[in-house]
Amino acid sequence: MEPILLRARGEENSRSISTYLKLGGYSAMKRALISSPADVIEEVKKSGLRGRGGAGFPTGVKWGFIPKDSPKPKYLICNADESEPGTFKDREIIHVDPHMLIEGMIIASYAIAANVAYIYIRGEFVREAQYLEQAIAEAYKKRYLGRNILKTGYDLDIYVHRGAGAYICGEETALLESLEGKRGLPRLKPPFPAVVGAFGCPTIVNNVETLACVPHIIERGADWFAGIGRPRNTGPKLFCVSGHVDRPGVYELPLGVTFREIIEEHCGGMRGGRKLKAFIPGGSSAPPLPAELVDTGADFDSVAAAGSMLGSGGLIVMDETVDMVWALENLMKFYAHESCGQCTPCREGSDWALDVLRRIRRGHGRPEDMETLLRIARFASQGMTICPLGDAFCGPIEGFIKHFGHEFEAAIAKASPLPAKKLPVLPVRSGRGAFGI
Amino acid sequence: MLLPTTQPRTIARPEEVERVTFDEAQEEEIRAILGRYPTRQAALLPVLWLAQQRWGWISPGIVQAVAERLELPPAFIEGVLTFYTMYQCRPTGRYLLQVCTTLSCQLCGTSELVSHLKKKLAIGFGETTPDGRFTLVSVECLGACGEAPVIQINDDYYTDLSVEALDELLDGLK
Repeated sequence: MEPILLRARGEENSRSISTYLKLGGYSAMKRALISSPADVIEEVKKSGLRGRGGAGFPTGVKWGFIPKDSPKPKYLICNADESEPGTFKDREIIHVDPHMLIEGMIIASYAIAANVAYIYIRGEFVREAQYLEQAIAEAYKKRYLGRNILKTGYDLDIYVHRGAGAYICGEETALLESLEGKRGLPRLKPPFPAVVGAFGCPTIVNNVETLACVPHIIERGADWFAGIGRPRNTGPKLFCVSGHVDRPGVYELPLGVTFREIIEEHCGGMRGGRKLKAFIPGGSSAPPLPAELVDTGADFDSVAAAGSMLGSGGLIVMDETVDMVWALENLMKFYAHESCGQCTPCREGSDWALDVLRRIRRGHGRPEDMETLLRIARFASQGMTICPLGDAFCGPIEGFIKHFGHEFEAAIAKASPLPAKKLPVLPVRSGRGAFGI
Repeated sequence: MLLPTTQPRTIARPEEVERVTFDEAQEEEIRAILGRYPTRQAALLPVLWLAQQRWGWISPGIVQAVAERLELPPAFIEGVLTFYTMYQCRPTGRYLLQVCTTLSCQLCGTSELVSHLKKKLAIGFGETTPDGRFTLVSVECLGACGEAPVIQINDDYYTDLSVEALDELLDGLK
C-alpha cells in the first residue's frame, strides 16, 4: 500500500511546512473552506472513517451530533493523550508530519463551526508539544490560522494544552475536566460532549490519527478512502507493534490485514526465532488472543468477532517464554495505578485483582482465586463504572483466564498456603478488658 | 554512543520557595495563557507547568502564589496537583530518571535496567542520590513501546537502551 499518513517519513525536514506544501499539503483545507460545512461532514460520513482512538465510532456521524442551532461557541479538541500501553502512533504522526494534523483540525473545526481548537497532549510528550507549537506558528504565518483565513471569513485559533501525567485523561470527558483545570475525573454521559463538552459548550473530541485522515478524504474523495481496507472498516491504519518481534515500530497498512502478515512480513517475524504465544491486538485494554488466532484480520469487526478489540491498533507480541500470570499482573499494576478512584468497582476492583495476582505469583495462590478474579471482572465492567476504565481492566482478566487459564491453574496448584497471621494477643488483667475498660 | 543533550533541572531550595512572586516575564506568559481559555481555572495546569519549569517543584508557597494569581482556593489546587503524576511536590535531583515499567518495556528488558540503576546509584524508586544529581522513579507506559526499553530523563526520551548505553548516558549527565 502507498504510504498515506506516513508519506513524509524519510523526507528531509519532514516536519516543516515547506515539505508539507511540497507534498501537496493544505490544498484540502482550501477546498474545504470554499464548500459548505454540511458537505464536508457528508464527505467524511461517506468515507466510513471510524475513530482511531480506540472506540471506532464513525467520525462524520460524531460531527453531525453538534447542535446546529446552539448559540454557544463550539470547540474541537484533538486527543493526543496517547497513553494506552502498546500505542505510539500519534507520537509518530507528530514526529513525522504535524501539519497533516493541523490541516485535519482546520477542516474539522470548519465543519463543526468551531473557532477555537485545542490539542490536549500528554505531559510526557514535551518535545512533541514543541513540534506542534512550531507547526502552529508556521501555519499562522501562512495565514492558515488566525483571523479571516485566506480571506474566506473563517477564524480559527489552535492552542496546545499539556496534560501532566494521567492515563485517564485520554478518556474524552476526563480530558475535558483536565482541560478546564480540574482533576481528570470522567463525567457521566449523557449529556455527551457534542452537546455539553468543554466549558459547557458543544465539543468534538477526535484522536490525532483520525484527524490526520481528514485532509486525504477531502483531497482524494470519500470513495477513494472507502476503497482501502474492508467494508465498514475503511482507510489506512497505523499499527504500533511492540514486544517480541524482530522489527517493532509503526506500520501503515490497510484495515483488515492479518496479524500474521503484520508480524511475519512487516516486522520480520519473532525475535530470536522463538514461537509466538499470544498477542494483544489493540492496546493493553484489549483481551489477548492466542497464537492460533494469528490469522484474524486486523479490523474493528474481525477482532471483535475473535473476542477482543482493535482499539488503538497497539499490537503487543509475546513469545513462548512469557509467563501469562506475570503479564496480567503487570497490566493490573498499570490499571490500579491509573484508576481515577471515582467509582468503587474500578478503584477497589483493580487493586483487589492486583493483590490476588501478586499472591498467586508469590506462590500463595488459592483454589478459588480464578473465580475471584472473574467475579471482580463481572462486577467492575459493563456499565458499573462511569467510564470504560472498568471494562479496560476486566476484559484482559477475562481474556487471559479464557485463553491461558491452565497457566493460572498450574501456578495455583503448586502454591503453598500463606502462613496464618499470628495476631498479637494482649494480656487480659483480671476484671478488666484488653483496653483497660 | 548516546550523546545526552538533556539539560539539568533547576531545583529551588525549600527556603527559596517559602514565598514566591511571579516576575514580569512569568506574568507576561500567564497573561498569554489566560487569553487562550474562556475561564481562569483552565489556566491552572499551564501555570503549574510554568512554575515547575522555573523552580523545579511545586512548594506550598508556590501553591499559594498560584491560588492568589488565578483566584482559586489553595485546597483545590492541592487536589489537582496531587492527581497528576508529573508535578513534583518535593525537590528532586537535577536529573529525573523516569523508567517505564509497563508491559512492552518489560518484555524488552526493563527489569535489567532497573536493577542496574538501583545498584549503581544505590537508591530505590522514589529516592534521590545524596549529591542531588539523580532521582529514580518508576512510571507507567511512556508511549514509545516500539523503541523499548525507554527511560525519560527530564524532558527527553532515551530509547532502545542497554545497560552499557545507559552507563554511558548517565556518565554524560553532570
